[in-house]
Amino acid sequence: MRHKTWEHTGQRSVRELKIGESGVICCLNDPEMGLKLLEMGCIPGTEVKMNSRAPLGDPITIIVNNYTLSLRLDEAETILLK
Amino acid sequence: MTVAIQPEIEQAERPPVSQAIAKIALIGNPNSGKTSLFNQLTGLNQKVGNFPGVTVDKKTGISQLTSQLKAEIIDLPGTYSLYPKSLDERVITDLLYDPASRHFPDLIIVTADASNLKRNLLLFTQLADLQIPSVLALNMVDVAEEQGVKIDIEALQREFGVPVIPMNARKGLGVAALKIVMSQQLEATSTTFFEIPAELKPLLDGIKDRFSLTNNYLALQIAHHYKTLKFLKEEDVTWLDDQLAAIGFKSNAQQANETIARYTRINELLLDTVRVEKADKNEQFSNRLDQVLTHKVFGYLIFFVILFLIFQAIFAWASYPMDLIDQGIAAINILIQDNFDGPLVDMLTEGIIAGLGGVLVFVPQIAILFAFIAILEETGYMARVTFMMDKIMRKFGLNGKSVVPLISGVACAVPAVMSARTIENWKDRMITIFVTPLMSCSARIPVYTVLIALVVPEKYYFGFMNLQGLVLMGLYLIGFLAAIFSALLLKFILKARERSYFIMEFPTYKMPRWKNVGITIVEKVKAFLFEAGKVIVAVSVILWVLASYGPGDRFEQAREKALVEARAENLNEVQTENRIASHQLEDSYAGIIGRSMEPLIRPLGYDWKIGIALLTSFAAREVFVGTISTIYSIGEEENVTTIKEKLMNEKDANGDPFFTPARGFSLMIFYLFAMQCVSTLAIVRRETKSWMWPLAQLIYMTGLAYVMAFITYQAFS
Repeated sequence: MRHKTWEHTGQRSVRELKIGESGVICCLNDPEMGLKLLEMGCIPGTEVKMNSRAPLGDPITIIVNNYTLSLRLDEAETILLK
Repeated sequence: MTVAIQPEIEQAERPPVSQAIAKIALIGNPNSGKTSLFNQLTGLNQKVGNFPGVTVDKKTGISQLTSQLKAEIIDLPGTYSLYPKSLDERVITDLLYDPASRHFPDLIIVTADASNLKRNLLLFTQLADLQIPSVLALNMVDVAEEQGVKIDIEALQREFGVPVIPMNARKGLGVAALKIVMSQQLEATSTTFFEIPAELKPLLDGIKDRFSLTNNYLALQIAHHYKTLKFLKEEDVTWLDDQLAAIGFKSNAQQANETIARYTRINELLLDTVRVEKADKNEQFSNRLDQVLTHKVFGYLIFFVILFLIFQAIFAWASYPMDLIDQGIAAINILIQDNFDGPLVDMLTEGIIAGLGGVLVFVPQIAILFAFIAILEETGYMARVTFMMDKIMRKFGLNGKSVVPLISGVACAVPAVMSARTIENWKDRMITIFVTPLMSCSARIPVYTVLIALVVPEKYYFGFMNLQGLVLMGLYLIGFLAAIFSALLLKFILKARERSYFIMEFPTYKMPRWKNVGITIVEKVKAFLFEAGKVIVAVSVILWVLASYGPGDRFEQAREKALVEARAENLNEVQTENRIASHQLEDSYAGIIGRSMEPLIRPLGYDWKIGIALLTSFAAREVFVGTISTIYSIGEEENVTTIKEKLMNEKDANGDPFFTPARGFSLMIFYLFAMQCVSTLAIVRRETKSWMWPLAQLIYMTGLAYVMAFITYQAFS
């Protein structure tokens, strides 16, 4: 299942970005979900920008490779930033 | 259709394809315009079948390429890669990795959204490495150009080694050019886009040997997917298990490496062929629109206004064609009855045609509902609705995409269950299908109105709140609560086959493509008529037989008895006919079953007369009113007032009124929960491809109905 490595390293994930804020993807820490995200263009080294949140705060949309991707917070949590 | 403004792309001279009918597979990312292209190529020449052994529909269509040449187009589910994430997508691997398959394509058309080329090319490079002849249909080129994306198509064609056809499938641009290329004998590209790691070579050579393959990437794909490939034999699977274990093959890690390597290669390729001059305007426009449409307050407000509009349309607009259909069926029946006679004619009019009428009458509602849903999907708004509702729905074991079926369920569960198609996750989809029929559909309205008029006084609170209206609203609310709490229950019972996720592309807002809307409507109506229609007509005929015949000469005796009564009471001709019908129904097989049911339904407060109505209304709930008026011999011109008066005069054994509030509410609750709808059962069977689900639904809902009606009756009496 999911490894919560960022809790030890204190590394930021996409989940923690503020709206309008950008970051560069460092790695994906959930092997299974990571594959899906890789296919959608969330490749390490790519810039992501937090675009919006759903009215209840979850899911969110991010902009990656010039297109808008929606995902849930616990999915965003697996995308770690540099 | 104009192709004049298409840029001239140099194409090599190639001989035409030799086969009489070429098999061409259409594949691409979701939102890449695949459906539009499929509709452009095939129009209404589409049909839905089954992939052998797979629980997914196969959409195919015939396309006229040239005046002599036709091709069979196979529409594959939208996917981002050759690594399937859902059951739907597994069709792709089963089809493309088995060259011996009957359905194996001669040619693949890959649709790609030109304004989002990087991600769309991932799938293309995977397909190219399989070395199946392919064409790249570069969709929405003009849109991309407007947004400042300049693509050097000739350079792209050189780099990829396959024909690249710029097009706009929504407008039909480039379709003619694509058809010309499709009609030619194409070779697979010699370019490979992924360097297979050297340490895998011995393994792949072994796989190629065993399955007599020539392609390295195909061998690698078999190593990844062998556990789910249907065409592999058991000993092959064991052999692969051993081989992979021997070298410690890690599918996930390999797949991640491959995806990253491909993206790196695509980035290099695009560096020389694509220039982005200015920021993406359309995306900005969409994002600005989203600030309003998914706003904390306005977002939900706008959504509810749209919902209200859809309800209005379904109930108000649909009632006119529905009335016409009702009258048309009645007119046909009268015409036949006036000219012919005999039991066969009765079966035709009261069984088959009445059953057909029960199916046809829902067509306007289905057409209107799907017109709205298709428009909302085409514009991209539906993605926003699922986005806004996901968190709430998730708490109940559903997901954002369950909203559409649940809303549709208020009109009719049949199209609602069909619309659950869009939910990729198996568990979420099954729960949605299971609970949707609990939403109070329009067939329950006639039952509710008759019973409310009977047992709820017409009282007003604060001058405007009508008690009868409040009760009706309460019934809808109970239905909704039953649906979401049943979902919650199932959430803990069902085992998930795959993890639920919500990673999806947010499409930009677009104008709906009306041709797609039209084709969607035709397709859904056809599916409903043929799938649900068959069953409801069959059950109507069976119920007609049960209600029209009795054992021995009891039917004749019932007639005599009615005639004697009629003479004694000095009834007119119509009243006499009603009395005969009433007595005959009592002595029919349906009546006998109704009587034998009495001990079972007595705890709910019902007698054998209601038992008959429960039985006959099994095919569809609205039959309840018709049966009740026959049993109490109310007559042809029944309306709520006469039925109400008649039922109010009904006395029980003690001479007190039979229809007490307790009995009325118990019946309403029973009809609210019970699965009294053969069409829904038929469509659930079709959508889940198993009898297990409709049976579970029938047992669960009828059981729930019994318990709840029992509690209601006991509480009120």
